[in-house]
Amino acid sequence: MLKIARRALLASMVASGAILAIAGSATAQEPKYGGTLNVVIQPEPPGLMLGLVQNGPTQMVAGNIYESLLKYDHDLNPMPSLATGWDVNDDGTVYTFALKEGVTWHDGEPFTAADVVFSADVFLRETHPRLRVSLEHVETIEAVDDYTVRFTLKQPFGPFLGIFEVGTMPMVPKHIYEGTDFQNNPANATPIGTGPFKFDEWEKGSYIHLVKNEDYHVEGLPYLDDVYWQVIPDAASRAVAYETGKVDVLPGGSVENFDVQRLVDLENSCVTGKGWEYFAPHAWMWLNNRNGPLQDKRFRQAIMYALDRNFAKDVIWNSLGTVPTGPVSTKTRFYTDDVPQYPHDPEKAKALLDEMGYDGEPIRLLPLPYGETWQRWAEAVKQNLNAVGIEVEMVATDVAGWNQKLAEWDYDLAFTYLYQYGDPALGVARTYISSNIAKGSQWNNVEGYKNERVDELFEQAAVAFPDSKRKELYDEVQKILVEDVPVAWLLEIEFPTIYRCDVKNLVNTAIGVNDGLGDTWLDR
Amino acid sequence: MQKLSFIIKRLFKAVVVLLAIVVLNFFLIRAAPGDPAQVMAGEAGAADAKFIEQLQEKFGLNKPLHEQLAIYVGGIVTFDLGYSYRQEQPVAKLIMDRLPATLLLTGTAFFISIALGLLFGAIAASRVGTLADTAVTSLALLFYATPLFWVALMSILLFSVVLGWLPAYGMVTVGANLTGFAYVLDVAEHLVLPALTLGLFFMAIYTRLTRSSMLEVADMDFVKTARAKGVHPARITRVHVLRNAVLPVITLAGIQAGQIVGGAVLTETVFAWPGIGRLMYDALFQRDYNLLLGIFFVSSAMVLLFNLITDVVYTFVDPRIELK
Repeated sequence: MLKIARRALLASMVASGAILAIAGSATAQEPKYGGTLNVVIQPEPPGLMLGLVQNGPTQMVAGNIYESLLKYDHDLNPMPSLATGWDVNDDGTVYTFALKEGVTWHDGEPFTAADVVFSADVFLRETHPRLRVSLEHVETIEAVDDYTVRFTLKQPFGPFLGIFEVGTMPMVPKHIYEGTDFQNNPANATPIGTGPFKFDEWEKGSYIHLVKNEDYHVEGLPYLDDVYWQVIPDAASRAVAYETGKVDVLPGGSVENFDVQRLVDLENSCVTGKGWEYFAPHAWMWLNNRNGPLQDKRFRQAIMYALDRNFAKDVIWNSLGTVPTGPVSTKTRFYTDDVPQYPHDPEKAKALLDEMGYDGEPIRLLPLPYGETWQRWAEAVKQNLNAVGIEVEMVATDVAGWNQKLAEWDYDLAFTYLYQYGDPALGVARTYISSNIAKGSQWNNVEGYKNERVDELFEQAAVAFPDSKRKELYDEVQKILVEDVPVAWLLEIEFPTIYRCDVKNLVNTAIGVNDGLGDTWLDR
Repeated sequence: MQKLSFIIKRLFKAVVVLLAIVVLNFFLIRAAPGDPAQVMAGEAGAADAKFIEQLQEKFGLNKPLHEQLAIYVGGIVTFDLGYSYRQEQPVAKLIMDRLPATLLLTGTAFFISIALGLLFGAIAASRVGTLADTAVTSLALLFYATPLFWVALMSILLFSVVLGWLPAYGMVTVGANLTGFAYVLDVAEHLVLPALTLGLFFMAIYTRLTRSSMLEVADMDFVKTARAKGVHPARITRVHVLRNAVLPVITLAGIQAGQIVGGAVLTETVFAWPGIGRLMYDALFQRDYNLLLGIFFVSSAMVLLFNLITDVVYTFVDPRIELK
């Protein structure tokens, strides 16, 4: 039964992909103007000022209000957005962007190079921890003229063209924020961007309403009149809202996995796993390399052999996603499969445990408190580990407790998933380099893995030029990491976006719905 | 006069209790693992030392605990509930925004439960041992014992998904922009399921309470006397029995009324009702200290207030009770 259900899901995904492809190629189908789109947002975002708040739901809504210089296609190739083109000098240290002319902010002020310099060099350097790290490679950011911006780097920085995604470097209006206290500016409540939709109203606890930007800089866009982002706190109620036709789109992660098949089977219902290529959510278990048997590489390898990762993918994730070979996602640049493999092999796991003389010391497992799916996944892992003789105690906690336990290194095994941001220098290195071992954050080298060669390789690879050199270095580091198993890689997650089939052009870029609904139209 | 001095004395006590609650809550919530800065950093997908410091400064978490407490209590005594740094709004405003929705839901449920509870309780008590009695008590037991969220989900399945009679969630039809009578009707439609779900649970308690209390009173001598005098049985039930049996019901109503402002976490969550219960639930998971303390403060103030009101109401219902 399960098998059939999974096949049906895959088939419908292929089918909806095919429909998209047809819609894409047959431009004969003229897009229609007008209509309201209802989308679920979960959980309710703490704010919509994308330069200040970088969590998932904020970006999903604010990606309609704000824009950056570039967008990325599903293969992570940069595409024009607020920048119409860009030039790189021969040694990869000077990037010059030509800005689109005639772009205005939602309050009517013109968007110019001064806004870009202010956003990147002043505002985001102050507020955006992830971008701040990348901008350390940048010496100066200058406005050459009103529509030309030049970034001069200290040395080549491989992932540089990948940091212009809207959540990473949103353009914020200089005329509103210059000289103010960014965090407490009253304008944060009424965000002003250049995007296809304008902020209209936020009824806390119920919905966020965005309306069409009539002066949008892309001729003929957007198609929709307005968008309601509906706040529905219970996963089952979100499924019902879709079932009863009250919402048209369930973005990835808004319903429990076991509801996906049922919702996809409804009439006029489509699903896609696309739109996560840039983030490439990579799930793994932190293995606390400091604790008990986990200090021994053989124990960590035994865990990898003990895990039935295909079972987790097929049953818990409805066959969505890919079982990873190591730290770099197949969707991220510089991925290689030329690494040691860890098939499900309980006998090998037992042999490794015998060899190291594991005495049955119990270890704690901290699930990710993000709902049923993750709870069930943790139980599956516990069963796998029990099967090879590892004693596992489950630790119950809520999100705040989970954050604290990770930040304080108070765990043995802990579930997590992190984004890769298209390049190992942005989303992979941070987990494994020893300079990133510091209490207080759950986004650094939480497992405490130390390897000088790995540090060296990541450091060189980030600034090597051109890409062929980077590839050699990343190939080597992937081999070392997969051999050492600093963490146990579980799944390259694909969160299914479920939507009515008559919602067209919903997912067009590597960040999917997060890139705004400017191209989306309703065939009604 | 005696009543007035009683009320003043009780008010004074209430203020002391309230302050004690504030201090207790202040420490309780900080004893839970994780703090708002960590939660925000956890959601951001990236964090460095500077980012955490910025957040801690913003939330006032870099100050020693006793200073944080002094600042908070200092605010409370001047009726300033503080600021939710997560939501970028004053706590009082956040609570006031959600108050109408919560009052509408819990208030409606309150009246449904008391009215129906008294009615069914009286019916059952005056027909002890009959089929009607068995039916009422069994149903009451069923509603009392079934988890609220399950009843909520099942009622959504039946009335929204299968029958399509009522909206499944929310307080208004999003995007309809209704006004006037159409708006009232729309809200009323949305109110039916959550108010009934919540109301039925409390109705079950009132039914059982009314029934047992009435049976107890019905055995008393003055009721027998009335019966012997030939008073009409309906009048005996209404005037002699019900009036005397209603005291425990008032006690329970006082307790329920005190919780009206706290909202109904489960019902509000399942039905996506934008009330205070959900605000509290979110604040708890986000460790939004000021907001959570603010909601606790307002709800405990309400509990104390309604305790006082209940005491006063007793004296009207039963003149034998004196306030001292």
